[in-house]
Amino acid sequence: MPLFDRKDKSRYATFTRRTLMMGGGIATILAALGARLYQLQILEGEEFMTRADENRVNQRLLAPLRGRILDRFGVELATNRRNYRVDLIPEQALEGVDAALDTIGRIIVISPRERERILHDIAENKHFVPTTVAENLTWDEFARVNLHLPYLPGIQPEVGETRNYPFGDQLSHVLGYVAAVSPDDKTNDDDPLLDLPGFRIGKRGVEKAFDSQVRGTAGASRVEVNAYGRVIRELGRDPGVPGSDVYLTVDNEVQKFVAQRLGNESAACVVMDVATGDVIAMASTPGYDPNEFNVGITETQWKGLNEDDHHPLINKVLSGIYPPGSTFKPAVALSALDSGLLPADFSVNCTGSLQFGNYVFHCWKKGGHGHVDLHRGIAASCDVFFYEVAKRVGIDTIENGAHKLGLGYQTHIEIPGEKAGVIPGRAWKEATYHAAWQQGETLNTGIGQGYVLVTPVQLCMLAARVASGNQVVPRIVRVVGHNVEQRPQLKRLEFSDAALAAVQSGMNAVTNEPGGTAYAWRIPNPGFEMAGKTGTAQVRRISKEEHLAGVKKNDELPWNLRDHALFIAYAPADKPRYALSILLEHGAVASHPHVQMARDILLFAQQRDPVNMTAAYPINAADNGGARL
Amino acid sequence: MSSRPYAAARRTLSIGEKLLEINWGLVVLITMVACVGFAMLYSVAGGRFQPWAAPQMERFVVGFIVLIAVALVDIRVWMSLAYPAYGVALLLLVATTVAGHVGLGAQRWIELGPLQLQPSELMKISLVLALARYLHGLSVEDVSKPLKLAIPLGMIAVPTVLVLMEPNLGTATILMADGCSLLFLAGLSWWWIAPAVTGVVAAVPIAWQFLLHDYQKRRVMTFLNPANDALGAGWNISQAEIAMGSGGFAGKGFGQGTQSQLNFLPEKETDFILTALGEEFGFVGCVALMLLFATVIFYGIRIAMASRSQFGRLLSMGLTLNFFFYIMINAAMVMGLIPVVGIPMPLISYGGTAMLTVMFGFGLLMSVHVHRQVEIPRSSGGII
Repeated sequence: MPLFDRKDKSRYATFTRRTLMMGGGIATILAALGARLYQLQILEGEEFMTRADENRVNQRLLAPLRGRILDRFGVELATNRRNYRVDLIPEQALEGVDAALDTIGRIIVISPRERERILHDIAENKHFVPTTVAENLTWDEFARVNLHLPYLPGIQPEVGETRNYPFGDQLSHVLGYVAAVSPDDKTNDDDPLLDLPGFRIGKRGVEKAFDSQVRGTAGASRVEVNAYGRVIRELGRDPGVPGSDVYLTVDNEVQKFVAQRLGNESAACVVMDVATGDVIAMASTPGYDPNEFNVGITETQWKGLNEDDHHPLINKVLSGIYPPGSTFKPAVALSALDSGLLPADFSVNCTGSLQFGNYVFHCWKKGGHGHVDLHRGIAASCDVFFYEVAKRVGIDTIENGAHKLGLGYQTHIEIPGEKAGVIPGRAWKEATYHAAWQQGETLNTGIGQGYVLVTPVQLCMLAARVASGNQVVPRIVRVVGHNVEQRPQLKRLEFSDAALAAVQSGMNAVTNEPGGTAYAWRIPNPGFEMAGKTGTAQVRRISKEEHLAGVKKNDELPWNLRDHALFIAYAPADKPRYALSILLEHGAVASHPHVQMARDILLFAQQRDPVNMTAAYPINAADNGGARL
Repeated sequence: MSSRPYAAARRTLSIGEKLLEINWGLVVLITMVACVGFAMLYSVAGGRFQPWAAPQMERFVVGFIVLIAVALVDIRVWMSLAYPAYGVALLLLVATTVAGHVGLGAQRWIELGPLQLQPSELMKISLVLALARYLHGLSVEDVSKPLKLAIPLGMIAVPTVLVLMEPNLGTATILMADGCSLLFLAGLSWWWIAPAVTGVVAAVPIAWQFLLHDYQKRRVMTFLNPANDALGAGWNISQAEIAMGSGGFAGKGFGQGTQSQLNFLPEKETDFILTALGEEFGFVGCVALMLLFATVIFYGIRIAMASRSQFGRLLSMGLTLNFFFYIMINAAMVMGLIPVVGIPMPLISYGGTAMLTVMFGFGLLMSVHVHRQVEIPRSSGGII
C-alpha cells in the first residue's frame, strides 16, 4: 500500500477550495464589521458624542444669596446668616456609620429621631454623597466639632447660608418667612432652584410678595462625573445672580415700639405717613418667630400656633375684617356733608334712643346726649345723631362716600392676603342676600355696625385721607434692588374742603376737648397733639331684655365676649404727619388701653421724625440709590 | 504498518534551522496586536501600568516563549499528543462542573495549585488538535460515511454540551464552530451540510425554549431591544455603543476617552476593551486593528495552504478560524450586533489563560509552518 495516493491529492484539492471559500466568508464578515464601525462612528458619531457628554457632564445648581430686607434707614430686618453644619460622608467613616454617629453624638446632640433620619438619608444615597448630620449649630458646637475633627473620620464641617430674622416675631406679619418648597409651589414656577435640596422660598409677607426679586438667579457648576456619579472635576462655574435687596418704608424703631406696646394682646396696629402713604409700622400681635419656620417647625409648635385663640398666624392688619363701629362715623359725616343733603348746622336732640318703625335704636349713652350737632356728634360719638344723619342722606350717599375713601376695596399694599371688607349698599345686598335694602339697615350702617366690615389697614388709610384730604394709599416697599418704587401723584379726595374741615374739627374734639370720648388719653405735648376717633365693634348680640335691664359693662364679661376696641388717629392734629389705626380684640374696657397705646405710639413716631431730631441722624439710606450698606 | 513510514517525509532540522524557519513576519504581527492591547490596558487604568498593562506584558513574554517552544516541537509529536490532550481537557472540563468554583455566576475555573485554569480554553485547542488528528486519517469519501462521521461529531458534541452546562454560551459556540469548520474543510459532503444547516435554523426556537438559561434569554431580549432596559442589562450594550460611536472618525485621543476613563464602560479591561480603542482612536484605530487581524488570518490561511500534511492543514486552519471566531464574536458583541456572551478579544483583552492559550495556538500554527514540508501518511498516528 503506497503511503500517498490519489485520495490525498483529491482531499488537498477539496481543502484548498473550501479554505478559499472560508477565506471569502471571513473577508465578508470582517467587511460587515467594518461597515458597522462606519455606521457607529461616522454616521452616528455625532449623536453618540452628545450622549457620551450627557453621561459625564452634570449640572449642579448653586443657590444664589437671597436678597436682604431692610427698613427705611437700612437696618437689616431679614438677612442671611452663616449656617454651621456637619456632614457625614459614609464611605470615609472608617468604623462604620453607626460608630461615627456615636462619636459625633458625644460632641453635639443628635436625637434618636434625627439619627433615624440620617440613617435613612445615608441608605438612600451613594456612599460618597455627604449627608447632613446636624445644622444651625452654634459657634461653640461647631468649634467643638472642628477641634475633634482628627478623630472623626468621614465628618465634614460645612458653612452654608440660611435666612435669619434678627428681630424675631416683631416683624413676623410684615416679612413673613421662608420655608422648604412644597409641591404646590412648583405648579406655576419652573425655576430649577425649587428642586435644590434644602432650598427655601418666601411663604408669606414681603418674602412671598417679592420672592422672585429676592430669590436671585440660580448659578451652576458644570462638573464631570464618573459612572457612579462621583464628581471628578469642575468644568465651569456660573455663580448666578444674588437676589435684590428690598428696602421697606418701615422704621424699625417705631415698629419695635409698636410691637412692644401691643405686647401679647390680640391686636393690630398700622402707622402711616399721611403725605406719602408709607407704612412706618405694621404689627399684628401676637406674632410668630419666622426663624422657626426656616429651621423647620415641629408639629407641636405648629399646632400651638394654629389653636391659639389670639390667632398668631393671621395678619389681622390685612386679613382681619371687623365692624368699624364708631370709627366709621367720620366717613359717614364726610359723605353726608359733601352730598348737600345735610345742612352744616344740622342738629338733633339725643334722648338715648330712637324709635324707628317697630324698632328702637339705642345710643351707647343710656341717658342721651341732649342737643347734638356734627362737631359734638363726632366728639361724643353720639349714635342717635348718626342714625338721624344716615336716615336723612340714605344708604347710597354713605356707600358712595365710603368708596371714595377707599373702603370696601383692597388697598393693594404689597403684602399678600389682603381682604377687601364690605361697604353695604342696595346692589350689594341684592347680590349677596337676594333681598331688598331695609331702612333700618341704613341706620345701623350710620354707626359702622350691621354689614360694614373693614380691615385695620383700611382704617388707617381712612384716617390718613381725612387728615390730608388726599387719596393716600398705603405702601410698604420703598426700593427693590436699585429701583425706587414710583409713587403716583396723590389726587385730592372728592370732598369739599369745608366738609373735610368740619370732620377734622370733630376728630380734634374727640381727644382735645373736654367731653370728647378720648379726651382722657390725649397727647398733652404742645405741637404733638393727635386727633382721632374711637370705636367699638360689637362681638355679641344684646337682647331687648338686657337693654331694659341695663347693658352689661365689657369689664364684667369674659374676655372672648368683650367688644373689640378700635381707634383711628392722626398727629399732629393741626399739621397731620402720621395716621394710625389700632384694633384691640375684645379690648373695649373702660380704661381704653388701645387709645393709650395709640397715644404712646403716635408720640414716639413724631419724636422719631427727622424734623424733630436735634442731632444729625442717618437719613434714609435707601435714597442713595439703594446701595448696600 | 510500514517499515519506513517517515523516511520519505522526514526532513530532520536542527534547532537553529527551525528558528530560521519560523515565520517572523507573523511573530511581528502578533506582537503589534499585543502592543495595541498593552496601550489600551494602560489607558483604561487611567494612564498606569498597574493593575492591567504590566501583568499582561509579563504574560505576553511568557506566551512568546511558549509560542517559540511549541513551534520548535515536531508536528508529529503534536499529532501523537492530540488524543491525550483531548482526553485531559475533557477530564478537566468534567471536573470543572463538579469541583469548579463559581465566578460571575458561571463555573468556568478550576484551581490547580496556584494556577487558575479554564478548561474550556484548553478544550478549544485540544478539540482542534484531536479533530485534525482524526480527520487526517480519512479520505474525502470517508468523511461523509455515517459511521466515520459519528466519531468527530461526538468529539465536538461532548465538550460543547459540557461547556454549555457551565454555562458558557460563547465558548460552546466557538467549539461548535471550530469543529464544524474542520468537518467542512475535510470535505464533508454538501448532502450532509445542507440538511444540517436547515436543522440548526429550525432548532433555534427549541433551543430558546429548553436549552438557554434565563440570563442568556435576557441577554438576547435586551440585545434586541436595549432601550427597554437602559439602566439594567441594557446598560452594557448602550454604554459600549456610546463609547464606540462617540469616538467618531479619529477618536478622542489616547487616554481621553470619557466613557472608559469615567467607568461608564463595563468590563472595560476584558471583553469591552475594543470599545475603549474605538473611543480613543475612533474609526481609524478600529479599522487599523481589523486590518492587523485580517493580516494575521491571511498568514494563517497561507500556512495552511503551504502545509504538505492534512493534519497540518486542518490544524492550522482550525487554529486560525478559532482566532477569527474570537474576534468576530467579540467585535460583533461590543458593536451591538449580537448578544453579550463573554468572549474576550484575543491578544488584547486582559486575562492570563486566554493569552497563554492564544499564544500556544500560535505556537502550533508556527509549528505547522516550520514543519510544512513534513509529509505524514494517512495511516500515520504521529511520532511517538
